[in-house]
Amino acid sequence: MSAETGIGAAVKRREDLRFITGQGNYTDDLNVPGQAYGVFLRSPYARARINAVDAADALQVEGALAVFTGQDTAADGLGDLPCGWLVKSRDGSDMVSAPHPPLAVSQVNYVGEPYGLVVAESLAAARQAAERVDADFEELTPVVATARAAQASPIHQGLEDNLAYDWELGDEAATDAALSAAVHVTRLDLTNNRLIPNAIEPRAALATFDPTNGEYQLRTTSQNPHLERLVLSAFVQIAPEHKLRVVAPDVGGGFGSKIFVYAEETVVTWAAAKVGRPIKWTAQRSESFLADAHGRDHVTHAELGLDEAGRFTALKVSTTANLGAYLSTFGSSVPTYLYGTLLAGQYKTPNIHVRTHGVYTNTAPVDAYRGAGRPEATFVVERIIEAAARETGRDPAELRRLNMIAPEDFPYQTPVALVYDTGNYQASLDKALRLADYAGFGQRRAASQAAGKRRGIGFSCYIEACGLAPSQLAIQLGAGVGLYESGEIRVNPTGSVTVFTGSHSHGQGHETTFAQVVSDKLGVPFDDVEVVHGDTGRVEFGLGTYGSRSLAVGGSALICASDKIIAKGTRIAAHMMQAEPDSVAFEAGAFISGNQRLTLQEVAFAAYVPADYPPDLEPGLSEKAFYDPENFTYPAGAHIAEVEVDEATGVVQLANFVAVDDFGHVINPMIVDGQVHGGLAQGAGQALLEHGIYDADGQLTTGSYMDYCMPRADDVPDFTVDTTVTPCTHNPLGVKGCGEAGAIGSPAAIINAVTDALGTEDITMPATPEQVWRKLRGL
Amino acid sequence: MNPFNYHKPSSLAAAVALHRDAEDPAYLSGGHTLLPTMTQRLAAPSDLIDLEGLTELTGIAAQGSVLSIGAFTRHAEVAASSEVRGALPALADLAEGVGDAQVRNRGTMGGSLANSDPAADYPAAALALNAVIRTDRREIAADDYFRGLFETALAEDEVITRIDFAVPSRAAYEKFPNPASRYATVGVMVADFRGAVRVGITGAGPCACRAPAFEAALSARLAPASLDDAELPAIDFNSDLHASAEYRAHLVRVMAQRATARIAAGTD
Amino acid sequence: MNLSLTVNGVEHSLDVPANTLLADLLRSQLRLTGTHVGCDTSQCGACTVHLDGRSVKACTVLAAQTQGRAVTTIEGIGSPDDLHPMQAAFRDCHALQCGFCTPAMILRAIELVESGSALDNRTVREGLEGNICRCTGYHNIVKAVLTAGEAMQEQAR
Repeated sequence: MSAETGIGAAVKRREDLRFITGQGNYTDDLNVPGQAYGVFLRSPYARARINAVDAADALQVEGALAVFTGQDTAADGLGDLPCGWLVKSRDGSDMVSAPHPPLAVSQVNYVGEPYGLVVAESLAAARQAAERVDADFEELTPVVATARAAQASPIHQGLEDNLAYDWELGDEAATDAALSAAVHVTRLDLTNNRLIPNAIEPRAALATFDPTNGEYQLRTTSQNPHLERLVLSAFVQIAPEHKLRVVAPDVGGGFGSKIFVYAEETVVTWAAAKVGRPIKWTAQRSESFLADAHGRDHVTHAELGLDEAGRFTALKVSTTANLGAYLSTFGSSVPTYLYGTLLAGQYKTPNIHVRTHGVYTNTAPVDAYRGAGRPEATFVVERIIEAAARETGRDPAELRRLNMIAPEDFPYQTPVALVYDTGNYQASLDKALRLADYAGFGQRRAASQAAGKRRGIGFSCYIEACGLAPSQLAIQLGAGVGLYESGEIRVNPTGSVTVFTGSHSHGQGHETTFAQVVSDKLGVPFDDVEVVHGDTGRVEFGLGTYGSRSLAVGGSALICASDKIIAKGTRIAAHMMQAEPDSVAFEAGAFISGNQRLTLQEVAFAAYVPADYPPDLEPGLSEKAFYDPENFTYPAGAHIAEVEVDEATGVVQLANFVAVDDFGHVINPMIVDGQVHGGLAQGAGQALLEHGIYDADGQLTTGSYMDYCMPRADDVPDFTVDTTVTPCTHNPLGVKGCGEAGAIGSPAAIINAVTDALGTEDITMPATPEQVWRKLRGL
Repeated sequence: MNPFNYHKPSSLAAAVALHRDAEDPAYLSGGHTLLPTMTQRLAAPSDLIDLEGLTELTGIAAQGSVLSIGAFTRHAEVAASSEVRGALPALADLAEGVGDAQVRNRGTMGGSLANSDPAADYPAAALALNAVIRTDRREIAADDYFRGLFETALAEDEVITRIDFAVPSRAAYEKFPNPASRYATVGVMVADFRGAVRVGITGAGPCACRAPAFEAALSARLAPASLDDAELPAIDFNSDLHASAEYRAHLVRVMAQRATARIAAGTD
Repeated sequence: MNLSLTVNGVEHSLDVPANTLLADLLRSQLRLTGTHVGCDTSQCGACTVHLDGRSVKACTVLAAQTQGRAVTTIEGIGSPDDLHPMQAAFRDCHALQCGFCTPAMILRAIELVESGSALDNRTVREGLEGNICRCTGYHNIVKAVLTAGEAMQEQAR
């Protein structure tokens, strides 16, 4: 295929034209005739009994149509919002799931939890009516702090404690023994700060119900509309799948927060039939802060053993993970299977044990946020290695190199379940050291000192498991769904191609990269390939976009579907050319046998107008494939941060950041660089700026951009990004995924740089000016 | 946002009359505090009286030792004004750092002073530059103007028309922004009036204040080191998520020293 | 109340409630949905439009305050067939991902360039302080603004 548009080309994105001209179609941009507006009633308390909800006054507001409460949804048989991943405790028991009704029925458990829906003719009327609803709450004592939640009295009625599970992975006895025998043990207490995802498009839903055929349609801000449909159908039981169409139109960023099935779109869909009107709901930012699933929030103790030579002998990790008030869609899996399994990092640590206590608190549910478990794991591994290097007087880069899995060690079985297929960690570290001018750091540090500032450098050699996921393995580990992806390719009679993917783009650029892949594979002009996604009415099935899976799994499905197209086309072409199928080769969009040649276009036409056609073959040229990966993919890389600290104020400036990542083959380097930049800014945000804070009463004190510190343009520097390549060994594209790497690797690198500058390990994220100032003064 | 009556009076007198007659009125200037408050339904005035276009509230004039700025002058206009740049570059710098570009294109000096947000920038300048706040009915010295948290000497229906700043020989403003909102966690303006130094501080306490000990120390010797041990103003320092009282107090000293350093270095 | 204003060069005379925000007027009444709303505290900047050539946050301007004025939204800047240099640079530099903050970012960037101040990495970053992007990490946005800045200055010469 053409070098300008094929695999590896920095093709400009075709979706951009609509976005830069204001022609995008985000959910709130859509309107349907007769639509009413929904406003949710949200708990002002972290924990309270609902004694009564009186809507009489609200219904007097002109334009008010209905007020629904948890009593109404429960009475109508609306099911609970399920958690899709069953984690088992170390004693073999199932995790304890607190019932999660879409609207709270008898008790609210976090500030912002919806307990009712007001529907009115206009948004203004809905808001006015919502203010007139009289709810009688009886406040109960909340449990807020992560570290103490397990011991606190249970927040949910009927549960014995606040422990959802006590999970472990790895050989504890062997790890303990190795730690006892270690020449040096580094111990570290770490906090992974709660983050609030903050996609700039707030969540929204527009639901319609057609009584003539019983069909619901939900347009919503989702990263995975098919999963949304599956859950609303199978668990919440709003309607069977064939009567429910979920469309995720243009979606303004997700970062994980739009994977989950939330109360709002669920109740709005249900209510559309009850009211007999389409209903639109769009979150205000303050609602997003309160009721989008949050991320991270771990408290961890870790111990790393080293031998005389500095080789890691054991890593033991104990983490308490705040799951929030309820188990969100994938909340249970994040601090377990997406976390503990990554604790080997890039290293040959022979003994690893991890134990995670997942706890309930009266805070918003916590679930996957860009990186999901892997940034937390990387933070533990890379922080403790940096500390160990300092304690034992070793160069942090060299200590890492000494312990890295070597290129010849692959496939490599870690002590925490995963088998890494390929990698070259030394290569990315070497390149990063060069790009960061590690050798010149001493000089830069001296220059900073001369200007009254402290300078520090920090490393993070992360690994992630992406391309989620081998279905059987995932289901074995508790997943409630398969994690394959579907792809369908329709070669139209005129030879243009329509591609249907179950993956979803909300900024990643699938409409471009997936077209590059198919155009390259089928030899069809790029402009003749259209990519369709995000609509259960058009795409057969899919599992959506998260975990850097789209290209590795969804792209691979398209390769498999393409192979089927070529196989069928070969038979048609062979018949037309009166050749043996075995003698027909497919090259650059044409079937060739000897000196005969038929283009895919010609073959497609014959497939739909089967005048001269194989008798035993169905007409048409449309194929689908479900691709189930045989392993995760393992993107990895080396990130190096340099910071400058103003001693007088404690302000940390990110002075330089180098990221060298191995994503396997790269389809569109322009898009890959952009994904890394974005992840890095989010990682820098976690390290230096962002913190979701609840006070002791469970009120979210960082509930707006006035207090939750989002990275702005002047908070981050230009980033130096580069790649190394070891192709993934088990998918047809050799790709690994790039969406989360920036957010996974960077927090540890930045905090390692800050602690280097300050000469103390005792810095928690975010490294705010005041915290740094206090450390500098020994306060 | 609740319904309200919108008025666009054509004279200052008409504006004040409208205010007197309305049930629960509010003047609308740049709107960058009032409108978000109303959008979040935290305020619901019955009548909004738009002050835009009132000639009494516009214009910038440098007259000898006084720089007079109309209350409706937007931050961006202050920052871009050659009169301000010429007479009081520190004030132009301050204006250039208020909020963000979009805020500066709307927010006004009078609106900011009337609101007296404890984290607003202009109050520091009003105090350091010994401003006279002129209203539809009187003149108020800046020293008598700031009364407390969102509290000023203004009567309910009183409208600021102009702010007259005394032009110092040298001045500088240093701000430590709240990393999230970009308001001033602490902002300090140091102004040297031929040896008599005034220091205006915002962000530190419930409202802007001066720092008498800083002023005395700097009047004796205009150098950052003069502030090393100078007493902080006797106020209850604010404490919030982003800065404890202790840290804020420290920042007041650091920002004052940095402003002083800029003046002493002759860059301002 | 009666309101007359010009939006993207077209004169409109409308009857709107006094409590209509400019953002709502544009999105709901005029169906110009390229102007987005991303927060409720005037911080994110996703609703930025030009009012008489200056960028303002349409969530913090009353429709009533635009009486007799000219509003320009992203829809009035350029079309797919006739892109403004800033729009073209955003695409060329991959300065957008999900696209939600993009129209506002473009409008603010145009004003920044047109203000005539010296543009470099630092001034562009500071100039975009009022526009939050969660996707791009700003790297390519800065690149796009500098690229378009040159193109626009070239055009002006």
